[in-house]
Amino acid sequence: MAKIRGSIVVNVERCKGCEVCMVTCPTGTIAMAKEVNGKGYNYAFPANPELCIGCANCAMVCPDGVITVYKTKI
Amino acid sequence: MVEYSGIKEIIKPVNLVYKKSEIMTENTLSYCPGCGHGTAHRILAEIIGEEGLQSEAIGVSPVGCSVFMYNYLNIDWQEAAHGRAPAVATAIKRLLPEKFVFTYQGDGDLAAIGTAETIHACNRGENILIIFINNGIYGMTGGQMAPTTLPGMKSSTSPYGRDVRTMGYPLKITDIVATLPGSYYVTRQSVHTAANVKKTKKAIRKAVQYQKLNKGTCLVEIVSNCPSGWKMTPVQANKWMEENMFPYYPLGDLKTPEE
Ligand SMILES: Cc1ncc(C[n+]2csc(CCOP(=O)(O)OP(=O)(O)O)c2C)c(N)n1
Ligand code: SF4
Ligand code: SF4
Ligand code: SF4
Ligand SMILES: [Mg+2]
Repeated sequence: MAKIRGSIVVNVERCKGCEVCMVTCPTGTIAMAKEVNGKGYNYAFPANPELCIGCANCAMVCPDGVITVYKTKI
Repeated sequence: MVEYSGIKEIIKPVNLVYKKSEIMTENTLSYCPGCGHGTAHRILAEIIGEEGLQSEAIGVSPVGCSVFMYNYLNIDWQEAAHGRAPAVATAIKRLLPEKFVFTYQGDGDLAAIGTAETIHACNRGENILIIFINNGIYGMTGGQMAPTTLPGMKSSTSPYGRDVRTMGYPLKITDIVATLPGSYYVTRQSVHTAANVKKTKKAIRKAVQYQKLNKGTCLVEIVSNCPSGWKMTPVQANKWMEENMFPYYPLGDLKTPEE
């Protein structure tokens, strides 16, 4: 059976570390970085990239339009 | 641009499923982390892009946290004095009837200082779309009580909680607008989850299409958060909103055109 795989790209310097994407992600792909970006925010990043299904929920709830989402069948 | 990405092989144009609308400018939004204003802007930008309205749209921005909205969507704008956006939009639409004219207003702007403009524009059935961001507080000026602040809710001017005996009850202005013969489509939505973002997008798209019919005023309320004014983290604020704002301001359509 074909499997859906996704991948997100986070524009790190635009992230405000609000965590809204992290709690919305149904697969636990996203975590907040221990490091901060130039604005001092702990930015979101795909900590478990292999789990992403490309559903785009994270991008839809991100107020700052930080996340771009890709999806494919393998 | 510093980026952090997942599996690299998947990242190519043919696999793209979501990116920020090109109607959004490159300016960084001035909003606090997790503020629903940004999400609402993004949805509106997507619809303006998808419906091909970039050169037709004229927005009227309010006074409130979204006062600089004209910096964020690459369309034509007019800034209005506090609360006066529906009056300004009335003039623009009457002078340029072919344009898609909308206002974007907070609850302080729309339901406090601008109550008269809101009610009368809707009662006249002006052919404009009003997008109403109800976060139950004056966000911009430091979290003062708004007409929409919930009973018992603390704000900087109701530090012991809103006491309805002296401060009155929260104003459900959207419900009032729905009773006016001039309003055509009135709905209440939210933007804090992906499912709600999809519903709000559908509602705004409908409102934009209804606007072309010139059958009256459309109003889309978005019950939203103000993490800073509410003194919560964004995630806490969204949960608090579900538990406290939605019972008082239930989501759903308040008036739909007879089809
Ligand atoms: C004539 C006038 N009166 C008062 C103010 C101060 N003021 C600025 S924004 C605001 C309220 C904003 O609240 P809201 O419309 O709910 O927007 P939010 O910031 O919550 O999005 C007030 C009272 C003003 N700018 N102009
Ligand atoms: S696209 Fe879906 S699965 Fe992937 S990170 Fe975003 S919310 Fe999680
Ligand atoms: S929702 Fe957007 S701004 Fe908030 S943490 Fe996630 S990527 Fe950053
Ligand atoms: S003060 Fe409130 S409404 Fe204004 S940007 Fe901050 S969180 Fe948003
Ligand atoms: Mg407000």
